[in-house]
Order: sequence, then C-alpha cells, then structure tokens
Amino acid sequence: MSTVKIPPVLRQAAGGERTVDVSGATVGEVLTNLCDQHPAVGAQILTPDGELHKYVNVYVNDEDARLLQWTDTPVGDGDTLMILPAMAGGAR
Amino acid sequence: MSPSYQDLLAAAREVIPEVEPSDVAPKVEAGDGPLIIDVRETAEWDQGHLPGAVHIPRGFLESRVGNVTSGTDQELLISCASGQRSLLAAKTLSDMGYSNVTNLAGGFARWKQNNYPVEVPRILSPAQRSRYSRHVLIPEVGEEGQLKLLDSKALLIGAGGLGSPAAYYLAAAGVGTIGLVDDDVVDESNLQRQIIHTTDRVGVNKGESAKEAIRALNPEVQVNVHPFRVNRDNVLDLLEQYDVVVDGADNFPTRYLLADASLMTRTPLVHASILRFEGHASVFTPYDGPCYRCLFPEPPPPDLAPSCGEAGVLGVLCGVMGNIQATEAIKVLLDIGDTLSGRLLIYDALGMTFTELKVRRDPDCPSCGPNADLQLRDYEAWCAGVGSHDPVGAGA
Ligand SMILES: [Zn+2]
Repeated sequence: MSTVKIPPVLRQAAGGERTVDVSGATVGEVLTNLCDQHPAVGAQILTPDGELHKYVNVYVNDEDARLLQWTDTPVGDGDTLMILPAMAGGAR
Repeated sequence: MSPSYQDLLAAAREVIPEVEPSDVAPKVEAGDGPLIIDVRETAEWDQGHLPGAVHIPRGFLESRVGNVTSGTDQELLISCASGQRSLLAAKTLSDMGYSNVTNLAGGFARWKQNNYPVEVPRILSPAQRSRYSRHVLIPEVGEEGQLKLLDSKALLIGAGGLGSPAAYYLAAAGVGTIGLVDDDVVDESNLQRQIIHTTDRVGVNKGESAKEAIRALNPEVQVNVHPFRVNRDNVLDLLEQYDVVVDGADNFPTRYLLADASLMTRTPLVHASILRFEGHASVFTPYDGPCYRCLFPEPPPPDLAPSCGEAGVLGVLCGVMGNIQATEAIKVLLDIGDTLSGRLLIYDALGMTFTELKVRRDPDCPSCGPNADLQLRDYEAWCAGVGSHDPVGAGA
C-alpha cells in the first residue's frame, strides 16, 4: 500500500480525506485504483482518454515522477505519492 | 635598526611599478582598465573616487581582497589619497602573491587635479539612514543593499490576497518603484485578507487603493498603477520596466502568460498561489532554473480550475504566502541567499507543515526546453475551453 496525499482541490472528491492508502505496484496502478475508489477524483485529474491532465504533477517521495519513470515508476509499501495540481488563487 | 616609514616606502617602490593618472585615465574612462582598489577610509571614499573603483579600507585589505579579485594574476591598480598608503598596500598584495599590481602615483588627489572623471558614491540621506536602519545593520543588506532596493523596480500582478502583503512589505522595505497591475475594485469581501485596502475604499481600483496605503507608509516609494488586466499585447512592455515580477494572479491564463513572457524578457518570477488552507511558492529564474511550465506544462480546462471565489481561502494564509513572495523578491533584487528557485514550497496551514519539493528543468518543457516554441499564447481562449485539447500548449 502507498499513501496518496490529496491536495485541497481534490479533497471533497476524495470524501474529505487528506491521505488515502492505495494498493498498486506502479504510479499508474495506484492512480487507477484511487480513481476507482473515488471516481470524482478521476473526473478531475484524468482526461477523457484516461491520461493524467498536464496541469497535474505527481511526486513520489518528494521527487517529480515525470523525471523518474512517470506512471511506470514502481512504488510499494511506505512510499508516499503527492498529487500536485496547479493552483491559480492569488488576487481576488 | 628597524626600517623607518621612508625605508618601507622605498622598499615597496623597488617592487611595485607606479603609474601616472595620465597613463591609465584613457583605459579607466573606457572601462577596460585594471581593477582599481581604493584603500582609503570610508569618509574619504564617500567624497569621491576613481570611476569603477572598489573600496576596501586598508585595514580590511588582506581579508577582503579575495572577494573582489578573480585570481592572483589579475591586473590591479591600488589607489589612496596621495599614493603612499596604496604603495604599502600594493606591496602587501605582492607579498600575498599578486603578481600584476601597480600603484597610482599621487593618488586620488593628483587624479582630481588633472580633472579626470570622479565618481561620488551615493549614500543614504539622514532620513533614509534612520528609516532603514534595521536593514543597514544587516551585513547582507547594509547601506549598499538599501540603495540597491531604492533603485529597484518590482511589478506585482494583482493587488489582492497575495499582492496586499507583498506590496505593503516591499514598500516598507524601500523598494523604490512598485508597479501594481489590477483592473478590479475593492469589494467588502476582500477585506478579510487584502489588508492594504480599507473599508472606506470599497469601490476604488485596487491599485489606486494600495497606492494610497503605500503613500501613507512610505511616501518615498514611486507607485505605478496599471489598472488593466495583463494580456498578450501589454505583458512584454510591462515586464521590461521592472527588475522582478511577483505573481499574485487569480487565474490560469494570466499565470501561464506571465510564465512565458518572463522567459522572453528574462525577468525573475516570484510565484505563489493559495487555496483554502494551502499555499505554494517558488521562484522561476529564466533559463537558470525551472520555469512554471516545467512544473505544470499546461493549464487545466476551465471546469477543473476553482478560483478562491468558489473555493474559499483562509485570510491569514495570504499574509504568509505574500510575505514569502516579498522575501524572495528582496533576495532576488539584492542577489543574496538561496531563493526558492528549483524548489516548490508547500505550506499547509491546517497541519502547520512546510513541505519542499524539488523542481527540475524539464528537457521537454514547452516554454524553456531546448526545443520549445516559446510564444505568447492565447491562454484566455485555451482556458475558456476553445480548442483546449489541441496541441497549442504542448509546444514543439
Ligand atoms: Zn520550463
């Protein structure tokens, strides 16, 4: 099981949880399983084709997954995934 | 018998060549002369010195010379008031291994007599010295740093949640020119967090309202109000007028446009964004560190991008994140410390945790990568869902 940190924008979609424990051997599997558990999360971070939106980044243990093996990056017990969508808030 | 002062000077003359002002003046005026080190005391230096000279009082010569020279073979010209202190200083440098040291014969006095150009260093006025005394006391800032801030120009995108504290503190710090870009007016619902505005200025343009607050705090600061929205037609012109841009925008089109434009003008971009209890901050140094789109290559489609208006934000969070931006802007302007370039700082106010993520330059970055097709894109249309999935934002 990996621990997935849920960003504030997705918290409601994830049932209000700040972290969710998800099984899966790769980043891709973990995200797929997460979106199966919480389809509302999938609706926000996945394109209609099931790819991750390009405004969403994923960090594995504080390292950018795109610079590892992106969705093929292996993960396991004790690993932490952080879903990191761009945020726009600032002025108004 | 111990050598007398005259003996010491004579011994130094044996090894240190002396040059007349007329020998070096053309080169100094052209800016391609040797590195000039002026070893007089501060009060003498403040009265004027050779153009381009660096100041190291004689007492600090040995300890500081390494900070201003590139190596012991660099060509150095040492100067003082009359050419004697500098002769002994030059001898010391020669003893330290500097092999290309000359002494300015007759010193600054003879230089001035010959009517060669003189640079009079700017110093803080007594009022400025008092106002900024807590800065002047910090070695990393000092009088020189404070003068640099007074000469600096910071552009703030948005005079709202992030822009309010950032502009307020940058003005207090004496950043000489502050530009405020905001087309919005102060609303009562802003006052829970936008502390630069006041109840009696509800309805006033946010830039104008902030200008009034800044005038009351520090009348010396020049405030430029830009009461419009940043777009493709004005962004480059705006950025070119400033040394650093502080992004406190409330929407993705502006953020992505700024990210691209700041690469074009090579303006350091101090980023922060906020939502509910969470803030992000980073610094994007054009082509030296990652850019915004190394981190987030494309903006989200409109239905997936909640604004603070819809999602809410804890008021005090703006203070923390806006002041992190002000801190980073000052460091960028002064070129001190380690900025957040290459790091994304995530502040979770609810858990009271600060997390740091590494951000690296993406070789496939659509904006700053080697094959990037950098241009000012119509992100308004993009984010409005017009052609949102065509490859416009994906770059080369
Ligand atoms: Zn980039």
